Amino acid sequence: MGKPDTVQYPSAMKNMNNTTHATTGGTRDNSSTLFTETAIGRRKRWTENGVRIFFFLMCCLMILPLLLIIGYLLYKALPVLSFEFLFTNPKDNMRAGGLWAPFLGTIYLVVVSLLVSAPIGVFAAVYLNEYARDNWFTRIVNLAVVNLAGVPSIVHALFGVGAFVLFAGLGESVLAASLTLAIMTLPVIIASTKEALNAVPMSFREACWNLGATRWQTIRRIVLPNAISGILTGVILQVSRAAGETAPIMFTGAVFYKTIAEGDVFAYNITDQCMALSLHLFTISTQVPDVTEGIPYGTAIVLVGSVLLVNAAAIALRVYLRTRKKW
Amino acid sequence: MISERIANNKNSIEAENLSLWYGDFQALIDVSLKIPVGQITALIGPSGCGKTTLLRCFNRVNERYGNVTTTGEIKVLGKNIYDADVSLPELRKTVGMVFQRPNPLPISIYENILFGLRIHSPLRSLSRSDADAIVEEALRAVFLWDDLKDKLKARATSLQLEQQQKLCIARLLPLKPKIILMDEPCSALDAKGTLAVEELMSVLSGAYTFLIVTHNMAQARRVSDECIFMFLGELIEHRETQALFQTPENPKTADYVQMRYG
Repeated sequence: MGKPDTVQYPSAMKNMNNTTHATTGGTRDNSSTLFTETAIGRRKRWTENGVRIFFFLMCCLMILPLLLIIGYLLYKALPVLSFEFLFTNPKDNMRAGGLWAPFLGTIYLVVVSLLVSAPIGVFAAVYLNEYARDNWFTRIVNLAVVNLAGVPSIVHALFGVGAFVLFAGLGESVLAASLTLAIMTLPVIIASTKEALNAVPMSFREACWNLGATRWQTIRRIVLPNAISGILTGVILQVSRAAGETAPIMFTGAVFYKTIAEGDVFAYNITDQCMALSLHLFTISTQVPDVTEGIPYGTAIVLVGSVLLVNAAAIALRVYLRTRKKW
Repeated sequence: MISERIANNKNSIEAENLSLWYGDFQALIDVSLKIPVGQITALIGPSGCGKTTLLRCFNRVNERYGNVTTTGEIKVLGKNIYDADVSLPELRKTVGMVFQRPNPLPISIYENILFGLRIHSPLRSLSRSDADAIVEEALRAVFLWDDLKDKLKARATSLQLEQQQKLCIARLLPLKPKIILMDEPCSALDAKGTLAVEELMSVLSGAYTFLIVTHNMAQARRVSDECIFMFLGELIEHRETQALFQTPENPKTADYVQMRYG
């Protein structure tokens, strides 16, 4: 009896396998629909995919103009782009020549305006974030910061004319134009600095206070070293705004045309007027007939390129500073 | 025993009719207490009863948190800390605080230990050899020296939580505090870390007066000599720990310590 059993064993195994299928056949309807998609599930999946594709397309749409702009500018500007283009003055009533005077002018305006707005903005933000209590004064200042950031640049220009050119007697000069740009960038620098300071955990400050540190010791030793990357990024991002604006400088210190010594980085005096890339681009595109075809595009490329370069430097600096802070 | 101690006037902290308001909200109501020298006193009570607020009164750090009004008197080591000649940095040197979540500063272990000294002494007044000795002494006191002596330059924030919390205690020691306030120092730690910190407290008590806020009643029973029960801003009962847990006098205390409430 035993022997036939053992002989049959493999077939019994086989049978068992078959019967497993067979017996579960009774419950097949249930188990085979287990975890399968229902009509609602299908609709959810379609919606999910549709929404994702829509958002992705929006993202592409955002990048597309940027690529097109830069590509188109480069294509049009290629014939004029060269080393001399950057380091020679415009010639023939700005119909030919290079960009030296406006390029250097923009650098002057940006540097002087940030030299003014960065310290004031950063220190004001430190006060607002680290010292000021929540009272009517700080609320008014915060309100002013938010609203000042929303003022159109042409309004800043009018303020600059009134305050710096006329009232302070600076005349139309690099200084007046830079101060106007500084007023324009100040609220954004304050806002971004406050944000960077706020990102430093409160627990660090508590630790310092409870060891008897004054607020300044806390700021100097702990808060600033940990916020500096964010602060610098915020400041440097204002370079692009200051470099790109036309309205605030055209009544306060930038001129259509001026020749300066080529290759001399100290060619401008801050009490004199200067040329600027943004205004130059506007002039040669709209006011001067028969400009050599590539020049406006070349001007735009230099403006966009130098701003991108500065921003890239800001990103590199931030990455470097971030590797040094960990908590 | 408590009355005997009070007679001997061996108190680190004495508060008399202490009341405190955050804006219009009264967080402490007429609190009077005496904290014994060199012992561990636990503050227990349900959340929001004012334990942490009371703790923060003793180094006056409450005043950094905005709209606070305080009345009454607090004497630390016999000196009224609301006197006009009290310097807050000096007060906070003597009365250190350890927090719920370990908060080492984002600098090296070595500099964390020296941070307190550096902010209280002139620039570059600390010689390298003195600094080394102070760091070693402080880390030895909290049993971290053997683990950390080879990585003193590492970021303090990269340590395990237990080590971070011990470091936060070690960081107080170079300032030679008399009183160490602890605000739920173990609630972010696991069981092993909790035990380690508790052991550390019992070793250090005697040299320092500890005042510890805790939600863990087992911990209060384990570590403290005396225990204070607070409820809705009032001090309900203050007795020796065993007595408070075994024969609470006030029904509110009884409800809480026998876990009928809270």
